Amino acid sequence: MIPQEFEYAAPATLQAALELLADPGARPLAGGMSLVPLMKLRLAAPEKLVDLRLISSLKSIRREGAVLHIGAMVTHYELESAPLIRQECPLLAAAAAAIGDVQIRNSGTIGGSVAHADPAADYPAALLALEARVQLTGPTGEREMTFEDFVLDTFTTALEPGELVTAIVVPIEAPGTGVHYQKHPQPASGFPMVGVAVRVRRENGLISFARVGVTGLSGKGYRARAVEERLIGGAASDVEIKEAASVVAAGVEASADIHASAVYRAQLARVATVRAIRASLPHAH
Amino acid sequence: MKHPITVTVNGNKHTAEVEPRRLLIHFLRDTLFLTGPHSGCETSLCGACTVALDGLAVKSCAVFAVQCDGRDIVTIEGIANKGSLHSVQQCFWEEHGLQCGFCTPGMIMASRQLIERNPDPTDTEIRHALEGNLCRCTGYQHIVTAVRAAAALERK
Amino acid sequence: MSTVTTETPTYVGKRIKRKEDPRMITGTATYLDDIKLPNMHFAAIVRSPYAAARVDRIDAAAALALPGVVAVFTGADLDDVGNVPCGVTLPGLRIPPHAILAQGRVYFAGHPVAVVVANDPYRARDAAELVEVDYTPQPGIADPEKALEPGAPAVHPEWPDNVAFVHKQENGDVDIAFAEAEVIVKQRMLQPRVVANPMEARGAIGDYRSAEGTLTLHSSTQIPHLLRSIAAAVLGVPEHKMRVIAPEVGGGFGCKADVYAEELLVCFLSRKLGKPVKWVEGRREHFQATSQGRGHVDYYELAAKKDGTILGIKLKIIQDIGSHQQLTTPLIPTLSVLMLPGLYRCKTFRAEVVGAFTNCFPTDAYRGAGRPEATYGIERIVDCLAVELGMDAAEIRLKNFIEPQEFPFATGTGLIYDSGSYAATLGIALDTVGYAALREEQRAARAAGRLMGIGIATYGEICGFGPSPYTPAGGWESATVRIEPSGQVTVHTGISPHGQGEETTFAQIAADELGVSMDDVVIVHGDTAIVQYGIGTFGSRGTAVGGTAMFLAIEELKKKIMKYGAMLLETEDVQWVAGRVVCNKTGASVTVAQIAAASYRALKLPPGSEPGLVATSFWEPANFTFPFGAHIVVTDVDPDTGDVKITRYVAVDDCGKIINPLIVAGQIHGGIAQGIGQALYEQMVYDENGQILSGEFTDYVMPKAANIPFIESHHTETPSPVNPLGVKGVGEAGAIGAPPAIVNSVVDALSHLGIRHLDMPLTPEKVWTAIQGSRA
Repeated sequence: MIPQEFEYAAPATLQAALELLADPGARPLAGGMSLVPLMKLRLAAPEKLVDLRLISSLKSIRREGAVLHIGAMVTHYELESAPLIRQECPLLAAAAAAIGDVQIRNSGTIGGSVAHADPAADYPAALLALEARVQLTGPTGEREMTFEDFVLDTFTTALEPGELVTAIVVPIEAPGTGVHYQKHPQPASGFPMVGVAVRVRRENGLISFARVGVTGLSGKGYRARAVEERLIGGAASDVEIKEAASVVAAGVEASADIHASAVYRAQLARVATVRAIRASLPHAH
Repeated sequence: MKHPITVTVNGNKHTAEVEPRRLLIHFLRDTLFLTGPHSGCETSLCGACTVALDGLAVKSCAVFAVQCDGRDIVTIEGIANKGSLHSVQQCFWEEHGLQCGFCTPGMIMASRQLIERNPDPTDTEIRHALEGNLCRCTGYQHIVTAVRAAAALERK
Repeated sequence: MSTVTTETPTYVGKRIKRKEDPRMITGTATYLDDIKLPNMHFAAIVRSPYAAARVDRIDAAAALALPGVVAVFTGADLDDVGNVPCGVTLPGLRIPPHAILAQGRVYFAGHPVAVVVANDPYRARDAAELVEVDYTPQPGIADPEKALEPGAPAVHPEWPDNVAFVHKQENGDVDIAFAEAEVIVKQRMLQPRVVANPMEARGAIGDYRSAEGTLTLHSSTQIPHLLRSIAAAVLGVPEHKMRVIAPEVGGGFGCKADVYAEELLVCFLSRKLGKPVKWVEGRREHFQATSQGRGHVDYYELAAKKDGTILGIKLKIIQDIGSHQQLTTPLIPTLSVLMLPGLYRCKTFRAEVVGAFTNCFPTDAYRGAGRPEATYGIERIVDCLAVELGMDAAEIRLKNFIEPQEFPFATGTGLIYDSGSYAATLGIALDTVGYAALREEQRAARAAGRLMGIGIATYGEICGFGPSPYTPAGGWESATVRIEPSGQVTVHTGISPHGQGEETTFAQIAADELGVSMDDVVIVHGDTAIVQYGIGTFGSRGTAVGGTAMFLAIEELKKKIMKYGAMLLETEDVQWVAGRVVCNKTGASVTVAQIAAASYRALKLPPGSEPGLVATSFWEPANFTFPFGAHIVVTDVDPDTGDVKITRYVAVDDCGKIINPLIVAGQIHGGIAQGIGQALYEQMVYDENGQILSGEFTDYVMPKAANIPFIESHHTETPSPVNPLGVKGVGEAGAIGAPPAIVNSVVDALSHLGIRHLDMPLTPEKVWTAIQGSRA
């Protein structure tokens, strides 16, 4: 219930933060919605917390050509409610709106969530389907990679020591893209037991574009390329959707816990995929 | 090593020296003697600790007091207006939206946030907005009625 | 001289907002953790991570070295404290010694091994983490049925069969009934452990003053007086020098109607250290070390005629006791036996309860305490019988119901049901839900491949605990009613409400009876130094027993008031009219306030009267009361995920006379929500050794607002003849009616697939797996 002692700093600039984070015992503090509960259970005990809340450059949402550049410290509530996000990247807004509860969304940040790499977080399904990119800034400068490459394993990312997630970059959704995030929440914690995000476009009645991101099913989120391939070029009839969705969990080692066995979790993944595809189709043209 | 913080709580400025690990809820309850926010769990799920931080409903059990330096906090003790109950408080009373009262301060703070953002919420929207607040006594029905009534009152 | 109020009540029966609320809605109520005493110190408990282990070594050196840490105690230090008590006697009951700190062995995950006291709660927790404990883990057992099998690990080495007690009861010729039966249905049913989880977990502050030898225990409790008597005995403190104060209590549901190691521990610590010591239960600790509910493995057999007449009932209950006996642990399943026949007139039964020790914290009372378990069982097996016979679920119940003219009805289990109108109440539920149309809709839904279910549960329940011979510590209740010189009224009630609203409902009753304003009545409870001995709040007894005690004290006062009135009006020809004594001839009157002033001033006293206006009543009920009801639940089951959606919930409950419909509705909603929790979401999960797997809200599923449907709540009011208020009690009804109604509904939704029973909680996976299995 009570965290261990730690030192605290709240730098005003990114540069100052990076300098503090050069200390191997230091960890960044974003919204705190993942880190603080872990510290209270004493499962995490950083020696120093570097609070990023005063760094204004991390709070911006801006359009940059064909993409949206979202600062790491933007909260889930801001993503759920900002007109720019709701219009230009509705799938991201939908995933943000599905996170936790109102209080958690008011505090929690996309950067914090992405850096934490919880296999049962909501964003990964959407970020994979969006082919999002993650911007990292560290002592040696800035670099960018796909979100898919960024998450390596459960709670493990490509972050180098002293590096911060500073922005998430998502595409501005082309008109005529149908999107949907379908989540089956773990009934106690609210985390997705399974969450599937879908983006589809149609041309002449056939699926011309499909992206399917899955979270919660296993140790890390993934793009269900097998589903995408089966959808593309098809008419997305009910039968075709079911058939495409049937492979969403193929070859994936599904997690198991007291809330869902591996078999059931895979079933939920199939159902969520069907429902996400069906729900996104009406807006796909 | 303690940090100096200055926080405005319910309109009053407070300066204190706090350990970085001191949770906001304990700072409010044990340093400022505002025992309205309650601790009901250890995993930031029950919402009994909900306060408003810069106008946003947050779980004070998952925030450190040091994160609140220079910021504005409102607790249940601060939402009445010069002795006149806030409409959410008034309607919880009218509609029997509480029994043991332990979840109530947090429930009222979350309901207040909902009405600020959504002045005419449906019952489904109300129940969804209260996902972060557990109640064991009421079965939520009178809480939903109370929130609907408060929204109507605020719209007048 | 008439003392009975015959006018239309101003308050009773009306929807009146609560007197409790202003402090709660402003955050100014004082719960246990809000209490700050000078020099108060804080206890943090070191708990065993193992469910069964030997404690080999405890080293507190590092903990003691932390600044602010005052002391560390272990089981070796408990020289002047007795054991956590069990208040139940049953033939052959085995009561393992239960010290307040482990004595060389631990028996459940979370068993207290050591306690740290520091001047700050953060420091206390830091120090607790530094206490080194070496354990030798042993095999444990969490499943009560497996615990009774030969070869299971012995929870207590002296009782290798893990049997805590065996309780048998029977009536009539069961063997003949079963031999003559035209149909017999059998079903094994699980009722897993659930956790009370009031939003305020437990907490206690011990404050011992050595110069006076007095001990004050502040505790979030439902039973302050009983706690005082018991704790005084265990601690060796003279009872009259002990005081227990229940502050604002944030929910209890039965888990705070107990006596716990930690309550005794803070007293021990305060006495040892000469400072007040506070312990506040963390939520994880609540899962580890607070009594839990249910924990049944039931084997039911029902013998019947083809026309649905129930001939006999057989029941074996394996009750998960846990590692020790808490205050009323073994009593709870015996209450299930009492309620075994439900609302049906069959008196022939044979029941056996086997209590099984397990390496888990003990079970004890939880909303309904044994009666939800019985109702669940009989309502499920009756549904199984209906399915077997192809009979409608409502029809089979109507066939077997006790009828109104049969009351008072002596059951085969030894109870006398006071009053009831079971068929009428079920009839209202059926009409309200539109039963016939729903069955039509179900036919169409099934044809379209939808899984729609309609579930009925009718329940009766033993409330208003109760006649003292049937309770472990007395079942009467007390009240002192004091009319102050100003005419305002103070009521001291021995009950101990924690959300039920008696500060309001008792004021309604008192105000009506005395013809005063509700604003002029205050209800005081919870402090043993102020309130005369009482039993407390549990078993839906607050108004039925406590309210009656208050009513009778007021009746005493009214007799005195009439005498004073006659004296002041100088005539015997007077009557009571709405708060005044009125001279029938002239219409001259005196108010209660004027009489009060006169009685304290005592310028003149009526013959044989004392000054003052105070009366105390201790009321022993001659019987329990028997609320009853019918719940009908319509569900929709998602065949692809197994998700259960409650599309309609109709509850018709009869709690006798309704004092405040707002409060009654709240009790019904809250009870139903807990019943929904039990039926669909909640289960305390241990691994096979007793390791806790669902020990926080992240894993134990508590129903949220979106999980509870809109409840259509209706009432019939069949007054109870047991008490002059006509009140039956309502606190537990919802939790009793909901689980069987919901499970019956889901099984009904799946019955055409050949599914006959599913165990609670009906998680989506469980339901989906059953559907898959039926299609295989």
